[in-house]
Amino acid sequence: MAATLQSQNTDTWRSLDRACAARWPGVTASTDHGLQIVHIATPHDTLRPLCLWLFKELDYRFSTLVVEEHPAYWQLTYVFMDPVDHGWVYIEMTQPLTQKSVISIGDVIHAADWHEREAEDLFGLHFEGHPKLGEFVLHEDWPEGVNPMRKQFDARQPLPEHNPVAVWQPPTIVQAPGAFAMPIGPVYSDFAEAAHFVIETTGENMLRVLPRFFYKYRGVEKLAEKKTVDEALLLAERFSGSSAFAHGWAFCRAVETLCAAEPPPRMSALRAAFAELERLRHHVATITSLCAATGLSVAQAQGAILEEELLRLTAEICGHRYLFGLLTPGGLMQDLDNGHIKRLQERVQDIRVRLEIFQTDLRYSSSFLDRIEDVGIITSDVVKAFGLVGPVARASGEQSDIRKLFRYGAYASLEFEVPVEIEGDGYARLRVLFREAVQSVSIIEQVLNDLPPTGPLSTPLTPRGGAALGCVEAPLGAAYHWLRLDDDGHIQRYRIGTPSYRNWHAFRVAVEGFSFQDFPIILSTFGLSQAESDR
Amino acid sequence: MHNWVYKGLATGIRTTTYPARPDERPGISPGRPRGTSLVQPAAEALARICPTQAITQQPTGAAVDHRRCVHCSRCRRDLGALSMDWESGFEWGALAEQTLTAGRRFKKIFGHSLHIRFVDAGACGACMSEARQLNNPYYNIHRLGFFITPTPRDADILLVAGPVTDAMRVPLLKTYEAMPKPKRVVAMGVCAVSGGIFGPSFISAGGVSDVIPVDVVIPGCPPPPLAILHGLLLAVERAKPAPLFSAAPSTSA
Repeated sequence: MAATLQSQNTDTWRSLDRACAARWPGVTASTDHGLQIVHIATPHDTLRPLCLWLFKELDYRFSTLVVEEHPAYWQLTYVFMDPVDHGWVYIEMTQPLTQKSVISIGDVIHAADWHEREAEDLFGLHFEGHPKLGEFVLHEDWPEGVNPMRKQFDARQPLPEHNPVAVWQPPTIVQAPGAFAMPIGPVYSDFAEAAHFVIETTGENMLRVLPRFFYKYRGVEKLAEKKTVDEALLLAERFSGSSAFAHGWAFCRAVETLCAAEPPPRMSALRAAFAELERLRHHVATITSLCAATGLSVAQAQGAILEEELLRLTAEICGHRYLFGLLTPGGLMQDLDNGHIKRLQERVQDIRVRLEIFQTDLRYSSSFLDRIEDVGIITSDVVKAFGLVGPVARASGEQSDIRKLFRYGAYASLEFEVPVEIEGDGYARLRVLFREAVQSVSIIEQVLNDLPPTGPLSTPLTPRGGAALGCVEAPLGAAYHWLRLDDDGHIQRYRIGTPSYRNWHAFRVAVEGFSFQDFPIILSTFGLSQAESDR
Repeated sequence: MHNWVYKGLATGIRTTTYPARPDERPGISPGRPRGTSLVQPAAEALARICPTQAITQQPTGAAVDHRRCVHCSRCRRDLGALSMDWESGFEWGALAEQTLTAGRRFKKIFGHSLHIRFVDAGACGACMSEARQLNNPYYNIHRLGFFITPTPRDADILLVAGPVTDAMRVPLLKTYEAMPKPKRVVAMGVCAVSGGIFGPSFISAGGVSDVIPVDVVIPGCPPPPLAILHGLLLAVERAKPAPLFSAAPSTSA
């Protein structure tokens, strides 16, 4: 163990360009020390071995795949992250538009599997060697050969002619006496997001779970194209309402990186406070839904009271219950006055005390613990293979947190802990949620106690051409927003890599083998958003 | 075994006084712009700054189409003093255009409790979260005779959020058709009302009324729980509708 850590430390991204040149003759690598990025341009032949080398030997994490269509060529950027010494590796491969075939890496780097399937549906690229392509983002009835992310496709034209399937019949695999398939969704009995699961079972245990997602695909990435940065900000904030501020911030960070602009210090600090307020509310909402799923109705009511109070507090200090309309590239749209700061300080202290009481109450409810302990287990191997992020990954021993790794914005000077648990079950995820919520309160307190003096609301900036990646730690984990602007400041490509997308991929692994009644509980401990995943 | 029952009793009653008495506690609603009397250059500038074309220029000022407003607050902040008036309150439920011509015998048939079926037709999560708050102690819709039902066969009201994505068109239609008559459809959130910032597009309809007939609309991005409650009360004629369009007041006012 010590030996592998040693080798990782000497092989960080800082020396990767030299290591790369020595090992791969046809490959050119250059390092941007300011932005902490290693650009590796590779021909198609070395794409797969290079990715596998990074992933398997150097232990880098796959972050996202960005496919871009330029007038004459495809550009594929495989973004990897160095989790030890924070830095990015962009593996860039270009090929002519007529060449639609790309080698697949999804069979080894499982985290890339969904990215490849999505690119196949939306761009019409074919990933050689991928075991399962087609019918992913666009369902079975979508006309063949219509790829909405291609440049010639007009997003404002009405739906192409097609006949929706009335009843979708999944391929059932489980063959056993009494085996049957149980469909769930996309319309639920309560307030739940649209998604469909087919559970194959012989009666008690879920032998195989087949999810069918993208019922909520709204083509956000396509709708953003040709828009100005200000117009697209509405989409960035509103495609996933439960983590609006985090995604808006990631979008703004991409714009700010492109323009080499930093928000004023006070606004930078307030952004961290608002992001933590959102994380706090998000985690309380997830805990509440877990109490609902386990049938603990008084606890559910207690959690719902806390959640509603946080929503009201948010609206009181910034005008919107879900923090919409607060961000602008270069800063914020409004400041907090002293009255609001005092109010926020008082309320979060009160909420911290009540959260701790709430956690103790739940810890002594044995009927509740029975439902979440040793249930829905995610092992650390699964975390790595699927590239899981956020509280789900941190409940299985993964340390990674973008706030700690990249120290963006005000997080550079804030003291906080990244809670990690190792069991990987529902209870570990619950503990991570509680501990993170308490950390969020502590971050808000630190920010407000040491707020820089009042100044401008934002740094003026003029969007300019180029591409940049903006990343933040959203409530559910790492969010990557890739933005390419043309010289007039209009969007050419907007790619959103969301934490729910990563974690839904592994949800199936967590539920298979457990019994039927555990399904809604495991679902709640993951706390994922369909809107964030489907975009 | 922890005593949750005692815990619940000790918490006391938190429920809103609405609709018996008005509720004006801070943070229950984001508020929204309303028609404002302004001089022409300011009205024109505000109409230009509105990213969803909700604000239009009128002879006496600027008007707001609530079907399109997403509370981006740009008309409130960007131009300083020359901004739109912002109203607090939450009674936003309004009759859909289709309702005005429809019959109004609903209350006579369903005089008592009402069963609601919720469908997510591509909502962003904020509408969903606000709808979920209806069941929490602060709002507690059960006290008003509203219940969420697991089956469309029992449902009287279909509550829909989201612009209706291509994949949700058939599930939404099937849910609607499975409901017995008479039934009412309530579209909540700007996406469900007009398509919002997502629709109409290649993959989304321009709101629920493109797919099924809509009776009541609740504008807002998202509408706060009390606005949803107002819309539900309106659907059973226990509340008065709000206008969908807020015109600029005449200069004499």
